[in-house]
Amino acid sequence: MTPLDSLKPQERGRIHSITGSPAVVQRLAELGLFEGEEIQFLGKAPLGDPLEIQVGTTTLSIRKKDAQGILVQTLTQE
Amino acid sequence: MSLETKTFSVALIGNPNTGKSTLFNALTGLRQHTGNYPGVTVEMKKGECKLNEYLKLNLIDLPGTYSLAPRSLDEMVSVDVLLGRMKGESKPDLVISIVDAGNLDRHLYLTSQLMGLRIPIVLAVNMIDVANKQGITIDWKTLEQRLGIPVIPIQANKGKGLEELKATLAKVLMQEGSSPIHGPEFPEAVNQEVNRLREQLGNQVPEFLVQRLILDIDGHAQKHFSQDRPYLNDTLNQIRERLKSHGVAIPAIESKVRYGWIREQLKGVVSRPRETPVSFSQRLDQILIHKFFGTLIFLGLMFLVFWSIFSGAQYLMDPIKDAFTWLGEHVKGALPVGPFRSLIVDGVIGGVGSVLVFVPQIVILFGFIAILEDCGYMARAAFLMDKIMARCGLNGKSFIPLLSSAACAVPGILSTRTIENTRDRFATIVVAPLMSCSARLPLYFLMIYAFLYNPQKHSSWVPALYLFVMYCLGLLIAPLVALLLKRTFLRGETPAFVMELPTYKIPQIRVIVRRMFDSGWAFVRRAGTFILASMILVWATLYFPNTNLEGQSYETQIEEIEYRIREKKEAQGTGTEQGDSETDPEIKALEEQKNKLTEEWKGQSLLGRVGRSLEPVFAPLGWDWKLGMATLASFPAREVVVGTIGLIYGQGEVDPGELKDKPEEFELVKTLGEEVQADPLRGPYSTLVGLSMMVFFALCCQCVSTLAVIRRETNSWRWPIFTFVYMTTLAYLGALLVFQVGKLFF
Repeated sequence: MTPLDSLKPQERGRIHSITGSPAVVQRLAELGLFEGEEIQFLGKAPLGDPLEIQVGTTTLSIRKKDAQGILVQTLTQE
Repeated sequence: MSLETKTFSVALIGNPNTGKSTLFNALTGLRQHTGNYPGVTVEMKKGECKLNEYLKLNLIDLPGTYSLAPRSLDEMVSVDVLLGRMKGESKPDLVISIVDAGNLDRHLYLTSQLMGLRIPIVLAVNMIDVANKQGITIDWKTLEQRLGIPVIPIQANKGKGLEELKATLAKVLMQEGSSPIHGPEFPEAVNQEVNRLREQLGNQVPEFLVQRLILDIDGHAQKHFSQDRPYLNDTLNQIRERLKSHGVAIPAIESKVRYGWIREQLKGVVSRPRETPVSFSQRLDQILIHKFFGTLIFLGLMFLVFWSIFSGAQYLMDPIKDAFTWLGEHVKGALPVGPFRSLIVDGVIGGVGSVLVFVPQIVILFGFIAILEDCGYMARAAFLMDKIMARCGLNGKSFIPLLSSAACAVPGILSTRTIENTRDRFATIVVAPLMSCSARLPLYFLMIYAFLYNPQKHSSWVPALYLFVMYCLGLLIAPLVALLLKRTFLRGETPAFVMELPTYKIPQIRVIVRRMFDSGWAFVRRAGTFILASMILVWATLYFPNTNLEGQSYETQIEEIEYRIREKKEAQGTGTEQGDSETDPEIKALEEQKNKLTEEWKGQSLLGRVGRSLEPVFAPLGWDWKLGMATLASFPAREVVVGTIGLIYGQGEVDPGELKDKPEEFELVKTLGEEVQADPLRGPYSTLVGLSMMVFFALCCQCVSTLAVIRRETNSWRWPIFTFVYMTTLAYLGALLVFQVGKLFF
């Protein structure tokens, strides 16, 4: 289990848990980020923050601080 | 018109980037207007749409949102409209839920929330062409059966499917007693708690909001209803604890239930290619968000935007200015001398001209914003800048407004509408006027050439250095003010800055032209009246009293002199090309006399008297009453300062544009420099006088247009007053510091 921001670019993971303030957790859920979902880490902004991720067909920008609360199970690519 | 025409109210709602506005425009055409609500900053577009001979719709366009869980007053507006709780709005008879065919599962989240409202829903599935290109196919019939609501595939930008949509709307609206909609079911424990709490609250609160009270921890519903029910917070905590013991975790349960239900409905209905190839958008992102190329492209684009407002707009602004000058002169010729003529020419025509002159900048900026937003780059720009802006307590979306404000704060502030978070938006609005706008340039030039730069003594890059320092001043102070605000008045929990990066697409010309037109028109209509009123006020204080101690009218005297100058010039013949006034001593004497008279008139006008009486206030800044008065007169619009200094220093009216082109040859530069240097008190410190003027103008909010736009955008007087007070204070202290501390080193 690792925090989302420690994935490598293009690496995939499955969300294990999300911690943070209720407002943050709720907002992430509305956008499709919740337990059990598969996400792909696409890359970081040139200054290292925020991060670009893909959930389903949606590309999202998420701040490092919020990404650290998302624990993922790294998925090995076959 | 038939007597039986029926009007229904219909709401349109959807996620951001679903083509909601495109559909709204396609349905209503030009028959639309904007609605405002007291206390909130959101606006909603309203329009009419005729379905057939007997049916008319009052369509209301609700702001784009991902969910109906309100976190702020602004988000609450949509919910209140949908529940029929908004004063002056009737409860919608139907809701059109617009969703993206390529992101059906995520967009149905909002639709599933709408299902709890007990209003008929029609689902408009937009952008079917894009989805088809991605290889996505949808079984429309099964989808409609499963959801239990009409489903219409559309392509709003091409107008496809609109007739089917209209026919369906008519059918649903004419139905007697619509069939109930079955949305996702929450666990029984939740329903029981909702019913119990509803009874406790006395059945006045709609069921939908009772559910939101329980599901949204510290959401807006909780804040609102606990105001006069102090026990509610504890009750809600107990309810959530009880639910937790039943294995229902708040807020996780909502996404679990809704997405679970959505997947159930879409099983076998939506099929997409198994192995999604790396999309065009992702490949483009690899370049546009690239550490080196992405930054380079970003800087290039931003430079282009800045340049086009700063210099490009000039080509459109000059004709407007010239047209009003021309109009003024012609009206002046047609009316008799007196206060009425002056009011029309200097007050009204001058005032309207000073408003309209902003229109090119606004329209150009909004053209760029529309293009960048429509093609999907805007979100990337915010993505690239987010870290820097977050350091000042703002977010990535504040960057474009601040950059635009370096050309002109008015379009800059208008463009903050893209910032969803109200606190971030207000902080951006309040600091935007600190960016050095193009209207400050003429004063910078005048001061630099009059006091700070001597071509014989200094290298040619010195003026540019001073300009650079002035721009940096705003750039350094704005983040500090923003940070301070976010720690004090605008303090609050930072919501997750999660932003969708929409797929890239080719921008549509129709959308862009419409945005440009709307923004320009909105500015003229709203800010216009206010700016005009204040322009007339300044005109009056500079005009009255209009007679000298002997009761002679200044205007008549000046008119006479002007007439004699014209006569003299004509007598010399029109053959000579150059203005001969300089060579002819008689004409020169007359011009001097005219300027002296103007100086005397302005000096004893109401504003002039105020300027003189306030001299002790300006003295610590190193200014005489003339500079002080010019500064006072430029509070409505700082671009008048050079003209006013010209009037007061008896140089007649001067054109600031000329000053920019060849400042060394500018007569006013010499006069001003010489006069201040001859002043025994200030002479030795003339450099500091120039610097303190520049610092004052850099930090002061001398722009009624800006304040009027702040009033409009924040929908309250508090923020324009705050902006004015803090900036004026900052400006005074800054100028004081420069002059007083500087004196110690001279």
